Amino acid sequence: MAAKPTTQDSFLSRLLHNQILIPLAALLLLAVFNLIADPSFFKISLGHNSNGDPVLSGYLITIIDYGSELAILAIGMTLVTAASGGQDISVGATIAISGSVLLRVLCGTDTRPEVLHSPIIVAFLVSLLAAMLCGAFNGALVAFFKIQPMVATLILFTAGRSIAAWVNNNELPMITEARFSYFGGYIPGIPIPTPFFIAILVFIATWALLKFTNLGLYVQSVGINEKTARLNGLNPEIIKLGTYVLLGVCVAVAGLIKVSRLSTINYSVIAKDIEMDAILAVALGGNALSGGKFNMSTSVLGAYVIQFLTTTLYKFDVQSDALSAYKAVVVIILVVISAPTVREKTSAFFRKLRTPDGAAKRG
Amino acid sequence: MSAPKTTGGFANRIKRMTDTNLLMSITIIVFILMYLCAVLFLREGFLKPQTLFNIMNANAALIILSCGMTLVMITGGIDISVGGVTALVSMCCAVYLDYHGGNVVVSMLIALGIGLAFGLVQGFLVAYLEIQPFIVTLAGMFFARGMTTIVNTNPFNVVNQSFVDLKETRITIPFLGSVNKKGVYVNAYIEIGVVVALLVVAVLFFTLKWTKTGRNFYAVGGNRQSALMLGINVKKTVFLSHLICGLLAGVGGFVYFMHVGSGSASHASGAEMNAIASSIIGGTMLTGGVGNIIGTLFGAMSLALIQNIVSSVGLDQAWWTGITIAGMLCLFLVIQSVIIAQRRKTGSKE
Amino acid sequence: MNENSLLEMRGIYKSFPGVKALQNVDLTLREGEIMALMGENGAGKSTLIKVLTGVHVKDSGDIFIKGHKDAVQIRSPQEAQQVGISTVYQEISLCPNLSVAENIFIGRGEGRMVNWKNINQRTKTLLDSLGIAVDPTRQLGSCSIAVQQMVAIARAVDMECSVLILDEPTSSLDESETEKLFGLMRDLKARGVGMIFVTHFLDQVYEVCDRITVLRDGQLVGEYDIAEMPRVQLVSKMLGKEVDDMADIKNDSPSFSAKDSTPLYEAKALCSNQGIKPFDFHLRKGEVNGFTGLLGSGRSECVRAIFGADKVTGGTVRMEGKEVNINKPIDAMKNGIAYLPEDRKRDGIIGDLSVRENIILALQVKKGFFKPFSRAEAEKFADEYIKLLDIKTASTNTPIKSLSGGNQQKVILGRWLLTHPKYLILDEPTRGIDVGTKVDIQKLVLKLASEGMSVTFISSETDEMLRTCSRLLVMRDRRLVGELTGDQLTQNTIMNTIAGGESNGG
Repeated sequence: MAAKPTTQDSFLSRLLHNQILIPLAALLLLAVFNLIADPSFFKISLGHNSNGDPVLSGYLITIIDYGSELAILAIGMTLVTAASGGQDISVGATIAISGSVLLRVLCGTDTRPEVLHSPIIVAFLVSLLAAMLCGAFNGALVAFFKIQPMVATLILFTAGRSIAAWVNNNELPMITEARFSYFGGYIPGIPIPTPFFIAILVFIATWALLKFTNLGLYVQSVGINEKTARLNGLNPEIIKLGTYVLLGVCVAVAGLIKVSRLSTINYSVIAKDIEMDAILAVALGGNALSGGKFNMSTSVLGAYVIQFLTTTLYKFDVQSDALSAYKAVVVIILVVISAPTVREKTSAFFRKLRTPDGAAKRG
Repeated sequence: MSAPKTTGGFANRIKRMTDTNLLMSITIIVFILMYLCAVLFLREGFLKPQTLFNIMNANAALIILSCGMTLVMITGGIDISVGGVTALVSMCCAVYLDYHGGNVVVSMLIALGIGLAFGLVQGFLVAYLEIQPFIVTLAGMFFARGMTTIVNTNPFNVVNQSFVDLKETRITIPFLGSVNKKGVYVNAYIEIGVVVALLVVAVLFFTLKWTKTGRNFYAVGGNRQSALMLGINVKKTVFLSHLICGLLAGVGGFVYFMHVGSGSASHASGAEMNAIASSIIGGTMLTGGVGNIIGTLFGAMSLALIQNIVSSVGLDQAWWTGITIAGMLCLFLVIQSVIIAQRRKTGSKE
Repeated sequence: MNENSLLEMRGIYKSFPGVKALQNVDLTLREGEIMALMGENGAGKSTLIKVLTGVHVKDSGDIFIKGHKDAVQIRSPQEAQQVGISTVYQEISLCPNLSVAENIFIGRGEGRMVNWKNINQRTKTLLDSLGIAVDPTRQLGSCSIAVQQMVAIARAVDMECSVLILDEPTSSLDESETEKLFGLMRDLKARGVGMIFVTHFLDQVYEVCDRITVLRDGQLVGEYDIAEMPRVQLVSKMLGKEVDDMADIKNDSPSFSAKDSTPLYEAKALCSNQGIKPFDFHLRKGEVNGFTGLLGSGRSECVRAIFGADKVTGGTVRMEGKEVNINKPIDAMKNGIAYLPEDRKRDGIIGDLSVRENIILALQVKKGFFKPFSRAEAEKFADEYIKLLDIKTASTNTPIKSLSGGNQQKVILGRWLLTHPKYLILDEPTRGIDVGTKVDIQKLVLKLASEGMSVTFISSETDEMLRTCSRLLVMRDRRLVGELTGDQLTQNTIMNTIAGGESNGG
């Protein structure tokens, strides 16, 4: 039924249909803009931090550093979007929860502990559990109670930061242990920021998960046609729930990085507006926000492009609170371009331009 | 198969109620019970009418925002930009009044204009370009918050005299005053915002109940396809719901501004959530087609009351508010889906 | 236009990309008559109805309506209503959250206000006059489906329609509800309203209709008076087979004899939540049987119950003598049952995924989450079945939705064959595909059976079933009414059994 692209418009449609092209084009656009505005944007210099360890610095390093949490979240968000056709807007709040749990386990009741109360790995596992529970809560509302994903996750979106504050009695524990700061900073002797390595690790893990299990096939089947998926022996509810739990894992990792960066937590500011960026990364990666087929790598690339945009805006002295206004405009442009009604109209317009009488009129 | 005989029984009465009225009744009962509990266990304060009026004074803006939200939700959509718009309106009006020595009436027009602009754009994107309302209004919320910071970064209090006069205007309610600690009789009062809020409630209640446009909102929310077949202009109706919601966000923003008297980027944070929660607690269904403005009024009041109770029992830490609201919202969402599923089951069996 | 006709459709043509849905179709409806519109799948009934109600716009032809001098143009549902055509659909197209009275009055009339007292009063009068016992203020969703159906009719009546189209209104009603609806229809008939009644239930046609228009393959077969049209004749018209010709077609269907072995599959009193009456069913190894009956008779619901696709509400199932529980599709798959669903687009394909992924899906799910096939294995499977079934696709990577209907069907067939089932259920595998492919699929079924697979084959085309099945189970009105084997397998007996109510029926 679907019309095969004729040779005439195949180039344009191929261009529009190749997913990686959208984030790449955006990246190129930003790079060219920066190159013209101020080439020093691309300068990377090797310096030493306060501990005397070698570190690389420069805007590009900032991008791969701070883009990493976003990339990790984008991985989970892509899965959730593909399976349930909606997005989880509580990721920022659940980062606060898992970060708070992490600190609570590390510090106990002491806000400035000399020694950590428990090993970092144990604390991380507990915070992982907390984040997965939050994911399961969201997933259960979506899969079993059939509440729209964004409304279901709205509950934790509001309550999350309050819960995070409650976990630590609204105190702000501070970690002095140097090892803890490695996750969000630098490992001595390695000049590249650790979050980048963590992001690569998560990416490889996801890749392996997609390669060695049927996650991709199942999630896409459920997202594209739930009825068929059920008739082929899948359980759509469990699969949807599963994607939310996996997003929980990503949230815990991102939470670890976020908390490690500051060695403390600020409940109302930590990972603020990150849900918007994560959704934007998925959309920029060319994945349909209504679910179905997905491409993990383009989402990850999309995340770094978003960070590129953020860093560029920062460089031009845009305040962090004002960033969201610019990004909102980008989101609206993206969704308007990809809206089916708009696509129909533009393709009809292009077809009209190409028809002989259209050409005659122009001639 | 025919209509059951009206033998009067309580269960039968409930069964014959419309979904809208049933859910609204639950809310009103819950509100009254909560208030009674508050009077019984936290005696001081809650017996005085002024306590109730204070709750209304503090939450007039919430009531207005919730009304707009209810309208959109009845039509089957959602608007989470209302909190951001409120903050933007407060900041713009504050900057205009203080930095530009503006006039109060013009500042009101600015508030309405901002609300209208958001309503127009969001309504167009949702109704005519058929983009998910959640995405559109999420972007709207971030845009409004970001713009607020761009307009002015630092929070500040408005000192414009005519505005302060307006803000301080109190409407006394005769006979409901009380005697204070010093033994002086103090009149009970409400702020102008409450009057505006009640006016909005009245107008919307009338519109939804007695005008064809109002009934169209219900029809579109109940079943979009059917509404089209029944000859209703669905796109126009959806557009109108977002437009009115945006406009009410402007009005609510100004009422909020009149109550706090300052501009700040962190104003009304989480207001969209409270508005959604008020609507849902007030018996509006997320799936559309069911809801009532009076229910929403009680929903917003229940929400405000529970916050008041929470702080009265000494749990005044900020996080309790967020947790109680989310808890209540979650509870009502689940109650709704269970009750309605139950009714559908028995309804089809009949 | 004739003196006493309400509606005349002349030479209606309508085509969709690749399909000629209606070719030169005529229809005449007189005042105060109920006309049955009959035809099997793809006959063009629903297209004709949609042309008349303005959902589709006809390519050519004329529609005349009493009271309009010239041919009328109907481009939207609203325009259809303006010329007096109202429709009551199978799926209620009213708003369940509004009251009965509102559903009758919303979207029409002058003014901006709603006068509740007035509309409740008028609704009460209207409903009373039609003998519908329901409170006007009651929420529509809390009424039974039958009442909702009647409210929809009341709305149509109140809009002073002269032509009322009833599109399968009885498919979700029980007997007493149907009776009530018929009472209302007779009442309207007495008032001079002309009705077009679309249904799959033959009994109902003979109960209320005056005349029958039969369509087949988008063309008009004929208009008949009900009195001059015996059931068997009607069924033969719908299926496109002449009764007498058929009688002597030689039955070359394979005879099956292994009566003493344990059945591969055996169900006792199986029923599901889809309204089928409990039925018994068994199938032996290597046997091909079929469920037959008109569309909507419950033949699909039976096999869905066997596969666990609908919620199974009762009955016991044995596979090779052992009692098993089949509640979900995965249970059936684990027991070696495969099911090719009737609605390819809705239940069969995963549109955006590639041919390869669509082929391996079922086997992959059966194998387990942690054991994915390697790309090479998947390619091998896909290539094997693309070759075996001669699937025309650019590559294994092509999204299935860009294939033609027949090739999509083969991909799904390949998906299930790959699981090497013991029992294969094919629900309308030949619908909407070209003749060559149809024959291929029939041959394949016989080949699989000779290799020991048991098959259930459902088709709207009786001769296909005669060619493949050695035993036919006949369904009527969601009830198993007969079982035909051996010499009974002729078009004649099948049609008689489907039609029922006559001497040699089941």
